[in-house]
Amino acid sequence: MAAISMRLPVARKAVGPSASRGAEKHLVAPGDTITTDTGYMRGHGTYIDEEKLIASVAGAVERVNKLVCVKALKTRYNGEVGDIVVGRVTEVQQKRWKVETNSRLDSVLLLSSMNLPGGELRRRSAEDELAMRDYLQEGDLISAEVQSVFSDGALSLHTRSLKYGKLGQGVLVQVSPSLVKRQKTHFHDLPCGVSVILGNNGFIWIYPTPEQKDEEAGGFTTNLEPVSLSDREVISRLRNCIVALVTQKLMLFDTSILYCYEASLPHQIKDILQPEVMEEIVLETRQRLLDLEG
Amino acid sequence: MASVVLSEPEKLYIVHGVQEDLRVDGRGCEDYRCAEVETDVVSNTSGSARVKLGHTDILVGVKAEMGTPKLEKPDEGYLEFFVDCSANATPEFEGRGGEELGTEIANTLYRVFSSENSVDLKSLCINPREHCWVLYVDVLLLECGGNLFDAISIAVKAALFNTRIPKVRVLEDEEGSKEIELSDDPYDCIRLNVDDVPCIVTLSKIGYRHVVDATLQEEACSLASLLISVTSKGALTSMKKVGKGSLDPESIFEMMETGKRVGKSLHIALQKILDEEESLGTSRQKVGFLG
Repeated sequence: MAAISMRLPVARKAVGPSASRGAEKHLVAPGDTITTDTGYMRGHGTYIDEEKLIASVAGAVERVNKLVCVKALKTRYNGEVGDIVVGRVTEVQQKRWKVETNSRLDSVLLLSSMNLPGGELRRRSAEDELAMRDYLQEGDLISAEVQSVFSDGALSLHTRSLKYGKLGQGVLVQVSPSLVKRQKTHFHDLPCGVSVILGNNGFIWIYPTPEQKDEEAGGFTTNLEPVSLSDREVISRLRNCIVALVTQKLMLFDTSILYCYEASLPHQIKDILQPEVMEEIVLETRQRLLDLEG
Repeated sequence: MASVVLSEPEKLYIVHGVQEDLRVDGRGCEDYRCAEVETDVVSNTSGSARVKLGHTDILVGVKAEMGTPKLEKPDEGYLEFFVDCSANATPEFEGRGGEELGTEIANTLYRVFSSENSVDLKSLCINPREHCWVLYVDVLLLECGGNLFDAISIAVKAALFNTRIPKVRVLEDEEGSKEIELSDDPYDCIRLNVDDVPCIVTLSKIGYRHVVDATLQEEACSLASLLISVTSKGALTSMKKVGKGSLDPESIFEMMETGKRVGKSLHIALQKILDEEESLGTSRQKVGFLG
């Protein structure tokens, strides 16, 4: 049966600041003066004009001893060494792949940074170069780690561990990079039977947990069997929960996603995206997170 | 058309999901995304509407101007459609990139409204062979999130419902020359009857089944789609097949039946929301673009 719901638009109401925040955040817009004290060093997102420190992006001011910088809230991904990213291959070039990671420039995955099947360690030959397209084609998704940053700001990625590599069946959700919390690990196996990769660049990959950990796969053999219906329901529900958290601007990490999933269980999967249900679920999640902290 | 690139396993996941009637966002094959409709958003038009269907955002403005009737239909007014794909939607539409898509959509709208009973064109006539009302319907694509045609047709119907054409009187002079007088009261206007205005339903074939209201990702997995325009009574006014894949007659028949069923529910839901908005009257809080 067809279900069509139409509604009149409702003006968005500003959500009040959450009580847990200790000090009030100093929010600035481009052009706002941060301080007139000349003793501070200027960091990212600021510039000096007539002895005043002025913000160049819209965000929150962060002060570490004498360093003042402005962390932008909505920005392209600025990579740092050691970050986990999920990217999509856009080009296959000589000895490297160009990967789109929601940053200002496409990231680069060198052929020498890619692990060969079977975990071989050898110098890449001309045959490997010709067979590049057999490994990764345009449109493929990969999980990788940032190895270094080039001088122009482009990231150099590597997939030198068995946990990185080409991604198989699943769902990709694109969010703003500032909403992904930095944690020790970004690969999570949730108790509901589904795994999630929270890329620092805002690409979130949800996929069914593989039954056994393939030793030699290294991400090259993709499982093309149909995913079971129960796993699909969990994946769809999780995807809608993540979209709900992002709409209400909550930080994404494994606990917040799990709490949101549990709060959404009484509702139908497709109802989660309705504004009222979204607010209710996120409110409950926020409450549980506050209880966890305090 | 704005499109996303997907990897083969992702496409496979979507196709298998559709087979089991569970799409990526939990919808069934015949469910629409949540739609937001608002009319009277642009002040200097005779009627306007804005529709948000998921990530697809459409703005339609209707301007009523006086013109001469067409030679073959001297006692009727007519509608002119123009579609502008703004570069806001995707960078591909920059400059003249959006022209091709715009003309395709405009031609589809002409076809959909070509049926005689869609809009009562005789009510738009002022003086046969001399003056008539021409309704210029301008469609602006603000964001492309899949399923453009459906959203545009919903917005056009809502805008036509909202259109207010001023009442005019024809005065005859002694010499026989006619003068047109506009009434002084700005609220003295005629409204159009939109009961028979059709809405487009796009059915995309994915694997062995078809879905309604496809997102950009689902459109990338579908090789062929059927666009049908349905009136509120369930009558089909036009049909068009798009896409490079083929459809066999059995599936076309099934898709038509689904389209008629879904189209009727679409009209009921849309009329309900338009009546609700109308009943709020002047107390309605306009949200517009900054809400």
